[in-house]
Amino acid sequence: MIVPAFVVYTCFMVYPLLTSLLYGLYEWHGLRRGAFVGLSNFRTILFERPFNVRFFNAVGHNASFFALTFAIQTTLGLGLASLFSRGGRLMTLYRTVYFTPYTLSLVVVGFLWSLMLNPTWGIVNKALVAFGLGAWARPWLGDPGTALTAIILINAWRWIGFPVLVFLAAIQGIPSELHEAARVDGAGGWQLFRYITFPLIVPAITMLTILTFIYDFMAFELIFVMQGSSGGPAYSTDVLGTLFYRTAFGESSAAGDIGNIGLGSAIAFLMFLIVASASIVAHRWMSRRELEY
Amino acid sequence: MNHGMERRKSAMKASSAMKSRPIVPQSKRQAITGQRLSRNPLLRALRRAGLHGLLSAYALIVLLPLFIMVMNSFKTTREIFLAPFSPPASWSLRAYAEVWERASFGVYLINSVFVAVTTVALILIVASMAAYGLARYRFPGVDALRLYFLAGLMVPLRLGIVPLFLVIQRLGLLDSHGALILTYLANGMPFSIFLLSGFFRQLPKELEYAARIDGCSEFQIYARVMLPLVRPALATVAIYNFVPVWNDFFFPLIFIRSDRLKTIPLGMTLFFGQHQIDWSLLFAGMTLASLPLLFLYIALSGHFIRGLTAGAVKG
Repeated sequence: MIVPAFVVYTCFMVYPLLTSLLYGLYEWHGLRRGAFVGLSNFRTILFERPFNVRFFNAVGHNASFFALTFAIQTTLGLGLASLFSRGGRLMTLYRTVYFTPYTLSLVVVGFLWSLMLNPTWGIVNKALVAFGLGAWARPWLGDPGTALTAIILINAWRWIGFPVLVFLAAIQGIPSELHEAARVDGAGGWQLFRYITFPLIVPAITMLTILTFIYDFMAFELIFVMQGSSGGPAYSTDVLGTLFYRTAFGESSAAGDIGNIGLGSAIAFLMFLIVASASIVAHRWMSRRELEY
Repeated sequence: MNHGMERRKSAMKASSAMKSRPIVPQSKRQAITGQRLSRNPLLRALRRAGLHGLLSAYALIVLLPLFIMVMNSFKTTREIFLAPFSPPASWSLRAYAEVWERASFGVYLINSVFVAVTTVALILIVASMAAYGLARYRFPGVDALRLYFLAGLMVPLRLGIVPLFLVIQRLGLLDSHGALILTYLANGMPFSIFLLSGFFRQLPKELEYAARIDGCSEFQIYARVMLPLVRPALATVAIYNFVPVWNDFFFPLIFIRSDRLKTIPLGMTLFFGQHQIDWSLLFAGMTLASLPLLFLYIALSGHFIRGLTAGAVKG
């Protein structure tokens, strides 16, 4: 019974993931593996120009991607969820609406917003002009100062329904006696949230933070679709996902091209390290604050 | 560390105080809650209105781009540029006809349906068999095996794309739907097995004994007796896997080269490169690409929400 699952899972998931950790240690000639070169690929990525500049530039962008997304989902997302938790038919409708963009493909989301943000014909700048805010109109995606933020916000637009629902489920899982008891003791709305709701949904926050972290360090599609494989303009939206893709599969976007597999695998290994270590740390840190009821 | 402990202790104290304190006299309790509720009904109504105002404002931010996408697909490109906010002067389906024929959208759609449906069907069969085996049988190493499948839960398969590419190439599956299906199948195993085995474990043993006495083979017990009982979990697993597979862009980008094999997300990028100036076509293409899932979502929003958040919500 277990054999088919075991074979597929081992061949197409476990084996590639494990060997990818080793590939960075070799020299590669196209798709052919050459000599064992130890850590030299890693040294190139971390210490040699221009590779290290690109690498740390991308890491920084992933970090901002995560930081801003985290800030939005734990304020706006949590706020919406606690409003929804009061129930009511309208709330269910809002919930359904907010989750809608999450069912869209990132490719559609990227293209849709790049049309809306188009400097000449885009609806966003036209709306700003119509409201007398013409001075704010700008080529959002073409300006290195705003492009990354715009993309993070677009990603949040698609994503926010997910944290809202996860927080909502967590809040609804809290026994109602706890809230009643606190209310009897005279706790107000904010106190209820601060001392009852919040401590009890810390596990959900931990879970989502780890998920968001992994997801944001794997970010690729939106940037590839909207800004191209080199994360333009001037690498201002380059992330590890696009850097890895360019390095391992070449600059052109045609499938099947091969770049430098050794360097690409080294980047993949470093991404793995970042994702794994951060989720371990986050888990440790947050689990100390968990409460039982 | 200390800080955390302190917090925990004080919270525990608070909760024990809550329980042990003599119950507030009934009259006083009503006074407290009564006071809270009656405080200025006008203010409460205003607050409610403000709340709904905020919530609908955000709903507008969510829906407006989608509305613009659909509405503009019926306009001519000239109209989109000159009057972006107004509804179309005449509802024209020209863009749709052109997207369907010239941009071979029909082919992409068939490819997407084929890949997604085959993948989900295979995941349901393969994962439910494995989950059943892991949940209902005892044999040496079963716990290790369970952990082995669980290990892939938090590791993104994309990190192994280079070796995976080589495996697929060695099997001669590059530029084929098989490459995609096998990849998604493997990637879907950890979560699907994890969820299904939880459900199988809850089924009473007596069912199994009864079926065995009635002369069922082990496979019949699984297929005829147990599988129908976990149908809700199968629906969750199906949606959990279907949506990301349908929307996936990354693996087709790496594996698929021929135009006739492309799925919708990958086909879209080609299409966007070719028709950059014809916005009417672009909006029609995006609308067509999103409609299948949007319809499914509207029809089954409860199932969708449960399925897609299943990974992050306990129970």
